[in-house]
Parts: sequence; structure tokens; C-alpha cells
Amino acid sequence: MTTKEIIRLENIRRNFIVGNETVHALRGVSFTINAGEFVTIMGTSGSGKSTLLNILGCLDTPTSGEYYLDGIPVKSMGKNERSILRNRKIGFVFQSYNLLPKTTALENVELPLMYNSAISARERHELASRALDAVGLSDRKSHKSNQMSGGQQQRVAIARALVNDPVIILADEATGNLDTRTSFEILVLFQELHARGRTIIFVTHNPELSAYSSRNIVLRDGKIISDTLNEKQASALDVLNKLPIETD
Amino acid sequence: MNLTNLTKIALKALSNNKMRCFLTMLGIIIGVASVITMLAIGQGSKRSIRAQIAEMGSNMIMIHPGNMERGGVRQDASSMQTLKLNDYQDIAESTEYVAACSPSVNSSGQFIYGANNYPSTIYGVTEDYLEIRKISIEEGNMFSPQDVLTSAKVCLVGKTVIDNLFPNGENPIGKVIRFNKIPLKIMGTLTPKGYNSMGMDQDDMVLAPYTTVQKRVLAITYLQGIYCSALTEVLTPQAIDEISEILRKNHKIKEGEDDDFEIRSQEEMSSMMSSTTDMMTILLACIAGISLLVGGIGIMNIMYVSVTERTREIGLRMSIGARGIDILAQFLIEAVIISVTGGIIGVLLGVGSSIAVNLLFNWPVYIQAYSVILSFFVCTITGIFFGWYPARKAANLDPIEAIRYE
Repeated sequence: MTTKEIIRLENIRRNFIVGNETVHALRGVSFTINAGEFVTIMGTSGSGKSTLLNILGCLDTPTSGEYYLDGIPVKSMGKNERSILRNRKIGFVFQSYNLLPKTTALENVELPLMYNSAISARERHELASRALDAVGLSDRKSHKSNQMSGGQQQRVAIARALVNDPVIILADEATGNLDTRTSFEILVLFQELHARGRTIIFVTHNPELSAYSSRNIVLRDGKIISDTLNEKQASALDVLNKLPIETD
Repeated sequence: MNLTNLTKIALKALSNNKMRCFLTMLGIIIGVASVITMLAIGQGSKRSIRAQIAEMGSNMIMIHPGNMERGGVRQDASSMQTLKLNDYQDIAESTEYVAACSPSVNSSGQFIYGANNYPSTIYGVTEDYLEIRKISIEEGNMFSPQDVLTSAKVCLVGKTVIDNLFPNGENPIGKVIRFNKIPLKIMGTLTPKGYNSMGMDQDDMVLAPYTTVQKRVLAITYLQGIYCSALTEVLTPQAIDEISEILRKNHKIKEGEDDDFEIRSQEEMSSMMSSTTDMMTILLACIAGISLLVGGIGIMNIMYVSVTERTREIGLRMSIGARGIDILAQFLIEAVIISVTGGIIGVLLGVGSSIAVNLLFNWPVYIQAYSVILSFFVCTITGIFFGWYPARKAANLDPIEAIRYE
């Protein structure tokens, strides 16, 4: 496995001013993530994990400290530059899928490439089609988003996150809206992607999920309280196979 | 930024909401169509009035006695007896800019031929009258200057009178009709001119020598009016000045006193008529413009709702790499597509309804290229203007909040 540094946080602080008070959402967070890691970031609500995710996703900038994404310093970037950076380097997976309604799976997956004028319509089609193949939806390409189950929709969302070949995939409670069985199916997919060399950050409040990642960072009150490597990564596929099959 | 992709995105978004899109468009469609139709009707009536005035003789000058006070009481102009024959003679002889001149006396009454009778008006004139009023003779001859001198009992008859007195299609020439017991021999018939812009039948007339009408019919010595024509339409003001000078001298009107006559030219009438129709056109255009404005506000309203409704979509687009300007462009393109499509449909509908108005109600319409271009241009601007604020609102959304918007 390569040891290329993808993410590097240096003493990140993020303050919000609410009324007359200053809320310290992040109080000096530092870590690095190398290529090929599958990191879960955990914390209860209010721990600062959403703020951290926003900063990692270049949606927000830190008040102080520096963030390097793939070697590029993000803090001094303008809004538009960060948009382009997100478009080229990051894949987002959200809890509520956020697919466009009445739009086919293929068109949904093509979306990030629509904002990259360097990619032609044919390439876009090709790449989106391949991304859907990679998440096991080869036979659902022309289904519209409202004709698919939650699991399928989340797969489309993951395909959309993969289509621009990002250096990192950011998943925000990606299994939060799904039942146990479908959650494990999605986890299996993440593990497969990880096995194929993808770098994944999975933000969740569910501590059980840490067993399936390669590294677990726990936040509390804006600080890292633990950062552990998981030597014995559990297989989500095994668990999935042991789940009772619902027949009704 | 890739405009093709953004247009695709905008089209896709619009096609997801076809009904709403159409209803929004409807405002613009109705606005543009009404602007075009209203302007077409306004222009059409203006042009038809112009044409009719030209037909009546655009260099025509009409002189009538003016009303004046007698012992503090204002008198009816038609009862004045101030215009005399020598006024006519002086105008006919000593003017430079007057081409033709005819006195005018008239009387209304019943014309009788055999068992038929019809009420009409007899106009006492000279042969110059035909040239002044642009009347031509269809059949037969005009009465001669000799007839005028001898107060001959001859006349020329318009088509309406002929139709009523000779319902069996007899040839009226040479026949003798009676007016107030006076027998008049028909020397010729007048070419039909139809109705004028005021709705008056221009063929409902009988022409006779003015001496005949003056002496035999009315038994008066004064004139009810004098009709002249200027050499050309442009020289009309000069001709009016000349006539005015002669009449003031003849009537012994001192400097500073009011005229006791009234001179009107077609120019006056045509400018009065066109200012009336212009005002009507402006009024119609204003009403239509307001409906276009309402249509524009409709676009703004729907775009606002659309931005709020699609907040999550906007958040998603931003988080996968759309810049503010991409979002702005997308919503602007949506607004412009709505307004331009609405504009095209509106133009077609406006042209169609103008033609329909013309065919169904026989109203004159005239579609000017500029009204089509103008309304099309205005609705594009409307789209950009009213789409701008909602689009800016969308572009300024914070992606972090937008993506979690419920």
C-alpha cells in the first residue's frame, strides 16, 4: 500500500460567533490520513464532527491552522477555487442520498462531471456508466431516482462520489437512513472500494461501525480523544451473510 | 464554466416541472401576444384613417363662417351669413397657392323619381369641386360653367341615391329626378367611394351647380362654405394664410380682432386623428405592457419558490463542485428559457390573433416589425431582470446549510 499523504490537518480551530458568544467547535485538531486508509470519525452530536467534515470537504475553512488536501493548502483559497477543488478531488456521500428527483441514475452520476468543462459528453457518459458498474447497478442505469430503493439510491450516490476519481471519499452518516441489512450492504461496498485502494472517511455517531474501518478517530468537545488503528478489520460481508433473510 | 452543460442542466430542471413551467410562461405569452395585438390594432386604425384622409384629398382646405357674438349671445356658426360670393371670387382669382376653389351650399331633402323617393343632400358646387374632393365621374359628364351661370336644372348623382331611386337597374343618365318640386336632369353618376373613417356614406350625395341650389332651392345669396385645394399638401399653410388675408380684408376685420370665419385643412384633421389614434395606441400598449410586467413578476415569484424548494439540490450541486456563478447562470438560463419560449409563443399567438381580429371583426390591423422585435426584446430583458434576484439568492446560499435544509 502506498503511503502518500492525502489529508494533513495542522492544529485546526474553528470558532463560530453566536450572538455575543464564541463557540469553539474545533479546538486544535491535527492528524494526517494517507492514501488507502478507511477512517471512521466518531463523536456524539456537538463533538465537532460535522464541522470537521465541512472543513475536510472544503465547504468551510478553519479559523486557524492549516489544512492540506492532496498537498494543496486550502485555508487561503477562495470560494470558487474550493468549488473546483471539491469537483476534482472529493466525493461526497450524504445520509439522505441527495439525488436529483425524476432523474435517471446515469444522469445523477454524471452530475459532478457536468461542472468540469474539460470532460466531453461522451467521456462523461462512459465514466458514469463505469462508476455505476463499480457499485453493482449495471442494470439500473436508466431507472429514475424515485423508482429505486434506499439502498440502490445510496449506491447511485456512491457512484456519483466515485465518478470524478477523487482522492478521498467523504461519507456523512452514509448508512443512517438505511435498515440493518441494507446498511451492511453499503458497508460491504465501502470495504470493497477500500480494498481497491480508495481512501475513505466515514463520519458517524454509531460506534459499532468502527470495527469495519482501518482506523478510528473519536472526537469530543472539539478535540481528538482517541486515534487508533484497527488491526483486525471485521468483514461486513460475513455479518451480512449471517443476517437472517427476511422472507415476508 | 460550460454554457452548454448549464443549459442542459437548466432544461432538465425545467422539464421536471413542465406544468409549472408552462403556467409561468403563460404570463409572458399573454403579455407579448397582447402587446403585439394591441399595437397591430392601433397601427392598423391609424393607417386606415391616414389612407382615408388622403383619399378625401389631403390638400383640401375648408372655409366655414365662424361663430360670433351678437349682443353678447354666441351664434350658431351655420346661421352666419358672412361668406359671400365675392369672397369666393377673390380667392379664386387672386391667390397663388390655391389650385382649385368651389363655393358650397347644401340642402337636405327628399329626392323623388317615379314611385321611389330617398332622403339625401344636394351640394351646390362648381366643377372644381370634383378635383378638390377627389371625386370622379363614372358615367356621363360634369355640368359646364355655362350651366353654373344659367342655374341649370342639372345634377350628378352618387351611387347610394341611384340605388334607391332606380332599384330596377335602369340607366339613370338623362332621367329627371325631383328635389323640392324642382326637376333636375341627371348628367352623370359619381364613382363610388364607400364609407369614410367617420362612418359616413360618401356616395350619399347629389351635386348640382351652386347657383341652382342657391337660387332655386334655398333662395339665399350667401355661401355656406368654400372648398379649396392647395397646390400641394406642403403648401397648404401658405394657401391658408392667403385665404385668411383676403377674407379679413373683405370682411373688414381690424388688426387684433377675431376672424369671423374658420379655415380647416385636412392636415389639421389628419394630425388630430393621428394624435387620437396615437394616444389610443399608447393606452393599449400600456395595458399590454402592464400584463407583460405582471408576467415578469410571475416568473420572479415562481423562481423564488423554486429556489426555496430546490435548496437541497442547490446545496448538493455546490458540494459536488458547482460555483456560485454556475448556480446563478443555471437559474438565469431557466428564467430566460421560460421568458424567451413564452415570447416566441406569444409572438405567434399575437400575430395569429391580429389576423383573427382582422378576419372576424374586419378591423384594420397592421403588424409592425418593431413591435415584434420590441416585445421579444422586452420579455428577454424581463426574464433576466426578474430571474436575477432569485438566481442571486440561489447562488449566495451556504452549501453547508443548503444540503441539510429540510
